[in-house]
Amino acid sequence: MTHLDAGREEVIATYNFAYLDEQTKRMIRRAILKGIAVPGYQVPFASREMPMPYGWGTGGVQVTAAIIGPDDRLKVIDQGADDTTNAISIRKFFERTTGVETTTVTAQASIIQTRHRIPETPLAPGQVLVFQVPIPEPLRFLEPRETETRTMHALEEYGVMHVKLYEDIARHGHIATTYAYPVKVEGRYVTDPSPTPKFDNPKMHRNPALQLFGAGREMRIYAIPPWTEVVSLDFEDHPFEVQAFERPCALCGAADVFLDEVITDDRGGRMFVCSDTDHCNTRQDQGHVGEQQG
Amino acid sequence: MAETDFLSGGLADPVMAGQSAFRAIMQAMAEPGTVHAVSDCPTPPGGLSRTMAAVATTLCDADTPIWLDPSLAGNSQVVKWLAFHTGAPVTAESGDAMFGFVSDTASMPTLDRFAQGTDAYPDRSTTLVLAVDGFDAGQLLSLAGPGIESTRRFAFAPMPETFIDQWSGNRARFPRGVDLILAGPAAVACLPRSTRITSGED
Repeated sequence: MTHLDAGREEVIATYNFAYLDEQTKRMIRRAILKGIAVPGYQVPFASREMPMPYGWGTGGVQVTAAIIGPDDRLKVIDQGADDTTNAISIRKFFERTTGVETTTVTAQASIIQTRHRIPETPLAPGQVLVFQVPIPEPLRFLEPRETETRTMHALEEYGVMHVKLYEDIARHGHIATTYAYPVKVEGRYVTDPSPTPKFDNPKMHRNPALQLFGAGREMRIYAIPPWTEVVSLDFEDHPFEVQAFERPCALCGAADVFLDEVITDDRGGRMFVCSDTDHCNTRQDQGHVGEQQG
Repeated sequence: MAETDFLSGGLADPVMAGQSAFRAIMQAMAEPGTVHAVSDCPTPPGGLSRTMAAVATTLCDADTPIWLDPSLAGNSQVVKWLAFHTGAPVTAESGDAMFGFVSDTASMPTLDRFAQGTDAYPDRSTTLVLAVDGFDAGQLLSLAGPGIESTRRFAFAPMPETFIDQWSGNRARFPRGVDLILAGPAAVACLPRSTRITSGED
């Protein structure tokens, strides 16, 4: 991927650093601190109109804009990839409004904004992972009223979520939820991990990095501090388990990663490749070869 | 002291100073008991520490009622300085404050006198900013909870009277409760309500 350093010369002088005005940043910063202090609790915040539509990561963008500084190095991924439209748009937005350096290398980033994946490379202490969240309320599809879900969180009344998972078992023989799989944070709040594949849920547990979640349209911010207990909901006789893949990545041969299906022709040809492009490229550079290239 | 001294002492670059101070506070809150440098601080009138002033200018504005302890509230230069540089309204009711500033930490009101939030909205609680002399003296505390890999040793001085008992009450109210920002010399450490504190010398 070409480095977009050239964009730094065109930092838009007429905008405040990181686009948002300072009062908005203070408001978001206060919400982030509350979110960190009460892990998994959704803090209401006065989400702003951003120069991109809802659903494009306005919550994550506002969180990133409130925390980013000139010393940061930003990575943006969309379904694990650095080179898709959403990731490129957001990366360019921050290049133009902050002038910070960007990277595609997970280990070199101080802030990683993500849409629905946690990088395969383990995160390090001091890194911040910012999730873009469409529906922050894990109970929303079970109880549409905000007043009710708020009371359910207050009373720690989460039985309905277990009923939902039980109905999965009754209908399909196993828990069929594969993404946005509900977790319990530090034994208190049931929380939506954003629509990451459940493959990534174990990475949230006692992760050394700070995880921040921003939902722009729904106006909520929440957080999981480093080393926090994050447990995927399950049953004793139907324990939580992640997806398994039959074959390794066709490009780099990685077997312990989340794979995307890619259709290669109109006769049913297909291959499975790493969803995390940085991880896949790094492995290929190290000489790992998948069946597609063997 | 001149009548208009409170107008000076602000930040030369409030955008960048606010960002770096916030990151220090955020990392301190995310990893309770770790000390993070705040280098670019305002220069407030005597009575308000420079680090407390940095926290105030970083987090407080017209949307956040603040409570000042008697020694700060009685200092008209400090009150005027905070009003001019943050715009935050001052409240006399500790239970109405979003932020409480305490310079006389040893004899501060008990933690339960401040806003605790509600079970439905635990975020509607006071964040207390306490002036401390440093983090290398005082009673040794053992911290555990989110943001701490196993346990972390921590100390700050001066410490409020009966602090460990007060804190166990604060922890028992979780998810309600207050969060602490400890403002030392050019550095901050935090104790969010999620942290469990025991005496480290047991």
